[in-house]
Amino acid sequence: MNRVGIIGIAIAAVSAAALPFFLKPFGIYLISMWVVLTIAAIGLNLTLGYAGQVSLAQGAFVGIGAYSVALLTQAGWPYPAAFICAGLLCFGIGWILGYPALRVQHHYLAFVTLAFTTLVFLVLRNEEWLTHGIYGINGIVRPTLFGWSTNGARAYYFFSLGTLTVLAAGTWWMLRSPWGRAFIALRENPIRALSLGLDTRRYTLMAFAIGSMLGGLSGALYAPLVQFIEPNSFTLGLSFNLLLMVIVGGSGKFFGPFLGALIAVLLPEWMRITEGYYLIIYAALIMVMMAFCPYGVLGMLERALKAVGVRRDPPAPALQAEGTGL
Amino acid sequence: MASFIQLLVSGLATGAIYALIAVGFTLLWQTSQTINFAQGEFVMLPAFFILAAMNLGAPFWLAALIGIAVSIFILGLIFKIVIVDPMLRHGVLPLVISTIALSLFLKEVAKDFYSSQAQPFPALVPSTDIHVFGAVVSTQSLAVLAVAIAAVVALHLLLNKTRLGRCMQATAQNPTLARILGIPVRRMVLYTFLINGALVAIASILISPIYLAKFTNGETLGMAAFLAAIIGGFNQVRGAILGGIILGILDNLSAAYISSQYRGAFPLLILVGVILLRPQGLLGRIEERTV
Repeated sequence: MNRVGIIGIAIAAVSAAALPFFLKPFGIYLISMWVVLTIAAIGLNLTLGYAGQVSLAQGAFVGIGAYSVALLTQAGWPYPAAFICAGLLCFGIGWILGYPALRVQHHYLAFVTLAFTTLVFLVLRNEEWLTHGIYGINGIVRPTLFGWSTNGARAYYFFSLGTLTVLAAGTWWMLRSPWGRAFIALRENPIRALSLGLDTRRYTLMAFAIGSMLGGLSGALYAPLVQFIEPNSFTLGLSFNLLLMVIVGGSGKFFGPFLGALIAVLLPEWMRITEGYYLIIYAALIMVMMAFCPYGVLGMLERALKAVGVRRDPPAPALQAEGTGL
Repeated sequence: MASFIQLLVSGLATGAIYALIAVGFTLLWQTSQTINFAQGEFVMLPAFFILAAMNLGAPFWLAALIGIAVSIFILGLIFKIVIVDPMLRHGVLPLVISTIALSLFLKEVAKDFYSSQAQPFPALVPSTDIHVFGAVVSTQSLAVLAVAIAAVVALHLLLNKTRLGRCMQATAQNPTLARILGIPVRRMVLYTFLINGALVAIASILISPIYLAKFTNGETLGMAAFLAAIIGGFNQVRGAILGGIILGILDNLSAAYISSQYRGAFPLLILVGVILLRPQGLLGRIEERTV
């Protein structure tokens, strides 16, 4: 962590706390959406960026989390219990989904997870007794915690932001622990990791399970935010979007998902002026970026900083090897 | 039994179209490790080229030829030069992301610059029904089947019976060795992209009368191509053909006999089964993993 990084994070934290006081309700909704999607993107970054397992299932886990919370709270469960339950459920399903990853890699894994996402969508759409099918679930209430109602837009934003801070801190701590280092070893050279005595099977499953759990928790915040969920929100498109967020921000970098989600949420709004052409421009930008800088925006910033010669505190060798940067 | 034959024939017809798309998909993978997530959109687009040519007054046969030519140029040549070439040095994943973005791009372009409404598309032959053993088979299905088989046979002859085809196979199997033997590897790779451009255009002509020309067509078609390629075997042309046909028949039969709500799920279950039990696909070779 260098000085530029610390200043950047401080500015980001202050603006995240101050922004809702300057924004209209729709603006607050947008930054709340950013917070929620960031959590899912952090999870995917763990699976893809750190452990190197390509997954197109993160959108499905957001869906599973959202439906669990919606159904459980409507069945009378308190929100915190439903929240934890959604996380545990996704942890379990993610663990099971990790098993194919033990056998196949790269594009095969991408297709297995793609199939999983489509299957989840079909179940959400067809099992009407449970999920109300295409009619979706309406009127999901925002929780009241310790007498503090999060019903207002601003209150719910701060509740989400708090959750994000806790989860991000937990992820940060985990990546600094031997576990996190094992994930990176898995990405860099699985066979060497195995020969050094790492239980690569368990770590692969773990990477999937924890990443999926974060996806589920993101969904658990998503449902009360939009207050209406339907199967079409959790198609392959969402998984693709989350994947793009991780890559655009900078995969394998801790703050990559924050930036990627910000771009994915805000860019369409800024491009309203282009009237419907914004997806064309967004897609073109991604293709250009992939051609010239596949390390994402953070990778690009890092290179720019290096080029202008900003003084960096000499990083510890181990950190450098991780390639986490910033 | 009669309805079974009917389902089988229409399944074969759809399966043959899936096979065409999947063959192009595996060709790109074999020669350049390109996983084209936009393959479905590549099939969606030529129909719009053809409709645009017909709007300018061209008769259908001429418009179809123009469509195939434009598709070879844009979806073959331009795709290779603009998207794939700059990405290859970065490895597989950035290219995957780029083709995902490309699929979004093509979909939006078709929607914004042509129409968001489904467009009627002329059929190859007038639609009449033929009665075979009490089953009703449409001439359209038979025409689709005939064209698809002709395309696959032509491709097979090209790949296996000509010098050019054998050079392409050598490139796919071992680029380094092919280069040492004096095969112009880069040109061979380019040829596979051109062939893919032609295959998707033919598939587009065959499928659009059934599905209508719509900008969202690519989603299901692309998925079918992936599934067919993986079920059959990613590194074999005949694997992709087998995969496509299995998929088409299964799709029709499962929708009729098991559950139409979950018709989309059966191919996926087969996919997961194949990947777990025989990851190289039904006809595929095992690819060695590099350390």
